[in-house]
Amino acid sequence: MRIILLSVLFLHAFTGNLAWAKGDYLKVIVADPFIEMHSGPASGYPVFHIVERGEKIEVLKKKTDWFKIRTRKGIEGWVHHNEMLQTLTLDGKKAIFPDTTIEGFRNRTWEIGLQSGDFEGAASITLYGSYYFTPTLSTEISVSQAIGNFSSNLLASVRLSAHPFPEWRISPFFALGVGIIDTSPKGTLVQTVDRQDTLSHVSIGTDIYLTKRFILRLEYNNFKVFTSRNDNEEVQEWKAGFAVFF
Amino acid sequence: MESRFRSLFLISLIFLPAALYLPATQAADPVELKSGQIIQPELKRRKITLADIDTEDYEIGAFAGALSIEDFGVNSVFGARIAYHITENIFAEFSLGSSKASKTSFELLSGGLQLLTDDERDFTYYNISVGYNLLAGESFFGSRAYNSDLYIIGGIGNTNFADNDHFTWNIGVGFRFVPKDWFAIHIDVRDHVFKSELLGSSKLTHNLELTTGITFFF
Repeated sequence: MRIILLSVLFLHAFTGNLAWAKGDYLKVIVADPFIEMHSGPASGYPVFHIVERGEKIEVLKKKTDWFKIRTRKGIEGWVHHNEMLQTLTLDGKKAIFPDTTIEGFRNRTWEIGLQSGDFEGAASITLYGSYYFTPTLSTEISVSQAIGNFSSNLLASVRLSAHPFPEWRISPFFALGVGIIDTSPKGTLVQTVDRQDTLSHVSIGTDIYLTKRFILRLEYNNFKVFTSRNDNEEVQEWKAGFAVFF
Repeated sequence: MESRFRSLFLISLIFLPAALYLPATQAADPVELKSGQIIQPELKRRKITLADIDTEDYEIGAFAGALSIEDFGVNSVFGARIAYHITENIFAEFSLGSSKASKTSFELLSGGLQLLTDDERDFTYYNISVGYNLLAGESFFGSRAYNSDLYIIGGIGNTNFADNDHFTWNIGVGFRFVPKDWFAIHIDVRDHVFKSELLGSSKLTHNLELTTGITFFF
């Protein structure tokens, strides 16, 4: 009984919100002589309608650089970001549709990327995510897999990076980190056991801003693996990859 | 009797909020003017910014199909994928897939001989790829036009087969049929290429995959 009551109340809250959200879209006025509406969110889709200057349009949603709009007559279509720049808000001010530029790169908060490279002779794949406390200081979590001829490694690490020149297009960084490495020898070899070791590393590299949300990252890592054997292992890794930021 | 009261109570609960909404919205329109009093209607417009616009740059979904594992026959494959659309043309995709290898023709002919144990026949892979929407356009289904894309895709990843990890390249082509803004149907052909030493000598294996899938944009 209580469940039914709760679900009825929940349903009301939900439908109530939905109805409220439906009518509430950003409205702007076209200031260009006309803007073109495409049937889909890419320039390859055909133009099927235009909206003339002075007409009020509703902005329904966004996909990459394309906005889905609705005209007064209820026709829906996709308009490119560049065409939205010349629109006015209802009180006559210029509507602001910010673009992602190098300014966004300088003040990025989140970054997620993929790298590939050479981990002491083995092919490696890395997925990483960064959070920037300030433009010059960030923390990063990364997971790598290195697949060699004799063994494969899984490596997870966390690090602190310093970016001394965040305003440069080619922005160098250096980092210190700790992590764990899991080594499993290939099955075809003689009986050997999986092992897990801790490691620390120093890194140096550079982020290069390409365009839009893209970054190219080049990096060198020097790992110290603290093994249970007599000698610690030193591993070098070179890698390159792409990242996007938010 | 009690159940009757209960249902009446429930019905009233269902209609009560609707009844509350209606007078509230209707009563708001006509402003009651008292004699001699001029009311300046104060329009409070909700400030809607660009941040309130719903973005749909992510695509998530599942796929199923057939995977030809070199030397181990054609097998069913299932998987999941998530993609992030960076620009109108370029997207990044992470996918996971799983299959199980059947017997080689040698195993079938030799009778009871087994090259791999049951567990070792598991074929699982992940890959991270970059796709490019090559031909965006409309596809006609009957007389109705729907959006579609033909894309090429390629990337790197890992394949775990016969209890070993293999660094794997993948390359392929796909067709995305988009009947609704939030929903798409995919047809994908992908080649997973990796080096294998399973049958003695080291060789480059090509594992062709044909899948169909559905995805949702969010």
